[in-house]
Amino acid sequence: MSLERSEVESIAHLARLAIDEADIPRYATELSSILGLVEQMNSVDTHGVAPMAHPQDVHQRLRPDAVTEADRREQFQRIAPQVENGLYLVPKVIE
Amino acid sequence: MEWEAVIGLEIHAQLSTRSKIFSGSSTAFGAAPNTQANAVDLGLPGVLPVLNAEAVRMAAKLGLAIGAEVARRSVFARKNYFYPDLPKGYQISQYELPIVARGELEIELEDGTVKTVGVTRAHLEEDAGKSLHEDFHGLTGIDLNRAGTPLLEIVSEPDLRSAKEAVAYMKKLHSLVRYLGICDGNMQEGSFRCDANVSVRPKGQHKFGTRAEIKNLNSFRFVERAINFEIERQIDIIESGGAVVQETRLYDAARDETRPMRTKEEANDYRYFPDPDLLPVALDEAFIEAVRLTLPELPDEKKHRFMTHYGLLAYDAGVLTASRELADYFEAVVKAAGGHPKLAANWVMGDLAAALNKEGLEIDAGPVGAEQLGGLIMRITDNTISGKMAKTVFEAMWNGEGDVDTIIERKGLKQITDTSAIEQAIQAVLDANPGQVADYRGGKDKLFGFFVGQVMKATRGQANPAQVNE
Repeated sequence: MSLERSEVESIAHLARLAIDEADIPRYATELSSILGLVEQMNSVDTHGVAPMAHPQDVHQRLRPDAVTEADRREQFQRIAPQVENGLYLVPKVIE
Repeated sequence: MEWEAVIGLEIHAQLSTRSKIFSGSSTAFGAAPNTQANAVDLGLPGVLPVLNAEAVRMAAKLGLAIGAEVARRSVFARKNYFYPDLPKGYQISQYELPIVARGELEIELEDGTVKTVGVTRAHLEEDAGKSLHEDFHGLTGIDLNRAGTPLLEIVSEPDLRSAKEAVAYMKKLHSLVRYLGICDGNMQEGSFRCDANVSVRPKGQHKFGTRAEIKNLNSFRFVERAINFEIERQIDIIESGGAVVQETRLYDAARDETRPMRTKEEANDYRYFPDPDLLPVALDEAFIEAVRLTLPELPDEKKHRFMTHYGLLAYDAGVLTASRELADYFEAVVKAAGGHPKLAANWVMGDLAAALNKEGLEIDAGPVGAEQLGGLIMRITDNTISGKMAKTVFEAMWNGEGDVDTIIERKGLKQITDTSAIEQAIQAVLDANPGQVADYRGGKDKLFGFFVGQVMKATRGQANPAQVNE
């Protein structure tokens, strides 16, 4: 399977990656070869093999429902680019 | 042409755990912005989510209550999209293996028939934060206190055929999650909200039409109005030769219409994959049975018991069991009154409900407790006061003037049931109105009511009306 230029652009957009125009053909080739590997795996008959959700055969441990975290807003907001009235400020998003 | 609407609902119920689904931050509503958002909720590098046992228990509880299979193994997945109130760039949700599989819920339609609505699945996920679009110098403010709050998304089959059915289903589920104590159901605070998938098709056609999804409906009224608007809109499009576009729409309550959300450049492409930070969740029989033991009497069972045990009509039993608090209140009234469930039902659904409604109070916040109302009913049934006097006493109780007997005493409201006293009063009325007595004897039967009225007036309403009539 080989990716089109438009597909590379779309994937980059979904991942919010700014990629250089000139690099698109190279990405297309490299991503296509990854898909090639997937295709190769797809050709294996996995009938009757349960899908693996995690490489380790263990299960999720559950945590008791208790509040264990204190308010550390001040510390967290010290590394934020912009805050006001306790809110993190970000470029305007409009629905 | 006759059209049929096909509706499915996705309901998000915020689970009432103390802490978040994957972190130990508090979930309390109304805290100052970002004071309940810790490193995990903020998606800082290197943090790991740890699943809250209570959220899992609550999800299982819903599954058991709707007769669904609770998955022995379920998997969390990442749903990827970019939005500032979702700091990780993905929402932890469940995709292929949700915790609750297919179940069902019975709803009662307006004509009294019962319809079974399929529940496709219910899965656990985390809520996002809140974006505040007010003016922050052209910027958007983000509050992440809600980020990581546990949600149970309950997805119905496209079994609903009208806005009214959709509302009946939503109300039923709302009542159920509150009975189960897994969600406070507060719609203003967004604890219980709904997305509706709506399409139309010619009646009799099997294939579904193209659907639109209406997002974020947070009241029963809006659900009904939004769906009705959407059905009309789609029918108009098709009848004028157009085609419905599959899209996400928002309901604008002020204009009572739905309109498309500004379409993002790309179609939703969430690229779900199993979250490598979380292991599969395994529930054994012991866990599920332990949850089953915590199930309360469910609304349908309670309604049935109210009909058989108290002899209530289906409608009344339905109203009284709509919430666990109301049902408990009613039963406490009956107990305090030493029986008389029908009279108790009338008072709870009548004067009490009206008074609560007027002041916008919940059943357990009113000034008249179940014991007090039960006491009032006891005084009606032992003939101490008439039904009319009882209304005065109720009003006085509501205004905090004391208990039933104190009020009856203080207001001198005792009903006269002493036959000789009533006869005396009647004689006095007859003596005072010789003209009317002659007319009555002459065949003017209607005057009977006049005499009764005069007797009630003479006794200042304290005579037992039934006895006067005799």
